[in-house]
Amino acid sequence: MQMTTMRLREALRAAMVEEMERDPEVFLLGEEVGHYQGAYKVTEGMLARFGARRVIDTPIAESGFAGLAIGAAMVGMRPIVEFMTWNFSAVAFDQIINNAAKLRQMSGGQLKVPIVFRAPNGSARQVGSQHSHAMEHFYAHVPGLKCIAPATPADAYGMLKTAIRDDDPVLLFESETLYSLSGDVPDDPSFTVPFGVARVAREGKDVSLISYSRAVHTCLEAAEQLAKAGVDAEVIDLRSLRPLDEAALVAAVSKTHRAVVVHEGWPYGGVGAELVDRVQRLAFDQLDAPVLRVCFLDVPMPYNAALERLVIPQVDRVIEAVKSVTYAR
Amino acid sequence: MTNVPELAALYRKMQLIRRVEEEAARAYAQGKIGGFLHLYIGQEAIAVGADAALRPTDYALTTYRDHGLALARGMSARALMAELFGKATGACQGLGGSMHVFDAERRMLGGYGIVGGHLPLATGTAFASKYRGDGGVTICFFGEGSVPIGEFHEAMTLASLWKLPIVFVCENNGYAMGTPIDRVLPVHEVTSHAVSYGIPSDRFVVECVREVVTRIGAAVERARTESTPTLVECLTYRFRGHSMSDPGKYRTSEEVEAHKRRDPLVRARAELVAERGEAAAAAIDAEIEAEVADAVAFSDTSPEPTADVLEPTTYAGPFAR
Repeated sequence: MQMTTMRLREALRAAMVEEMERDPEVFLLGEEVGHYQGAYKVTEGMLARFGARRVIDTPIAESGFAGLAIGAAMVGMRPIVEFMTWNFSAVAFDQIINNAAKLRQMSGGQLKVPIVFRAPNGSARQVGSQHSHAMEHFYAHVPGLKCIAPATPADAYGMLKTAIRDDDPVLLFESETLYSLSGDVPDDPSFTVPFGVARVAREGKDVSLISYSRAVHTCLEAAEQLAKAGVDAEVIDLRSLRPLDEAALVAAVSKTHRAVVVHEGWPYGGVGAELVDRVQRLAFDQLDAPVLRVCFLDVPMPYNAALERLVIPQVDRVIEAVKSVTYAR
Repeated sequence: MTNVPELAALYRKMQLIRRVEEEAARAYAQGKIGGFLHLYIGQEAIAVGADAALRPTDYALTTYRDHGLALARGMSARALMAELFGKATGACQGLGGSMHVFDAERRMLGGYGIVGGHLPLATGTAFASKYRGDGGVTICFFGEGSVPIGEFHEAMTLASLWKLPIVFVCENNGYAMGTPIDRVLPVHEVTSHAVSYGIPSDRFVVECVREVVTRIGAAVERARTESTPTLVECLTYRFRGHSMSDPGKYRTSEEVEAHKRRDPLVRARAELVAERGEAAAAAIDAEIEAEVADAVAFSDTSPEPTADVLEPTTYAGPFAR
């Protein structure tokens, strides 16, 4: 397959541009997506390409414009809502959980809501507690929503295309820290990546590091260091949180018998707790050690750089967890 | 000017709503309807008059007090009553219930249970009409209790900013649940907000269903021809409590009785009798009685939904677990 090397933000943009060219019912709205060219430059050039009818700058009214987009979707349009960050979706929480996630069910299946919400998620660099939420844990809880969190440009491209074509509400969790990550993306405009299929980011036999989004790269770095110490770690990139690839979890644990879940966001409940539940329920006999989680420390994100580093999952904490599950003290 | 339908047709729908809801209240007391049941009794002229000003292809959204709008839009008494009974034959297969009545075909896009939450949705259907250039208008009903919440103001802002073809209809019945307007709104004229959003407004006391058609009709026409939103405030009164569990102790019986003496349904019937004779009104009443009795019998004998309905109504595609 012919490939083009591009940054993750360019891959997201390419997916949106191609889908908007393919389907006139797709449109984009959000704060600063047009004239400003995107708060993180994901939408750069799109206003010039599609005009203000389809690339729409909104006032700072998340509940208003998220609700507007859901309303447009329930009569068949395919909006892409860009929140400046997922943190700000908190003021549109009602629209997402009470309307986007419920309209199909409340209407007895008469309506569908083909909408995409996307934004950077999780920690960035010293942006403080209100701008560092890992919001996927809140949303993955809700039936009616789909939640995806790719870690590479190719997956960002392929999964955003799948999301735009999907008839259900899809929430795409990006990371500011990955926007400049380069990678090969297929030149084929028909290339898509399905939901619910995990990717083996690194083969290994001793322990499975299960992760998604930014933390995949932390795991890959940890795996490199572990390799030097003689531990062959596998890295599973879930890509999709809801639906979740249970078969991949079972396959990984059946192979390595040990797992560490690594993600941004707090330990109480959340995606990591869900993963641990599935692994112990579906592959209990395969486990040689308890499954551990490496998450944010259980505090609001501090501003101070050193303390922030302490709270966010780092390579050393992943390695510590691996040592624990392999009983290699 | 909006074409006003025959009074007989308007009265028929008003009477249908009244009688369906009276029977729903009875069924609720009998335990056949669960959860919340918010009756529209006293306010029927608004949904019926507004619907008469709309095309069948226009979109309509409202609050949890949604039975009246559903019937006004043409939903059958059977489909509504069966939904209230939670039956598989209900408008939403028994999944929505009283507060969430949808009929996509008739562009009845729901009753919503979170105060204010559907106003942004309505701006979205209006946005879709404008984007597609299909000439459609959206009408969005809500109570004066929605005015303090942010979504009211966000929806007004977006509708005005983007000149969306929408009519916001505030059904001001004086009470947000049990709280009178003067304890929750610093400014009692809801239409005063229209000034700050730079949109036209209209405010009137609902006494005559035909006046509702022309007053809301003017706003619908403005939305359709100029793509300009309007905020309409209908001063009205609900004769029953907020929901079935509300005995309405916060209102005096004198106040309620005074409003009942000005019941727009009674007025519509009196005008119909004056124009067409008692026999014409009585014939409609008899038809409605039969229709409502049929709806109750249908709902009583309809099957319950089964568990296989749950997953396909949660996701359009494969279930995401």
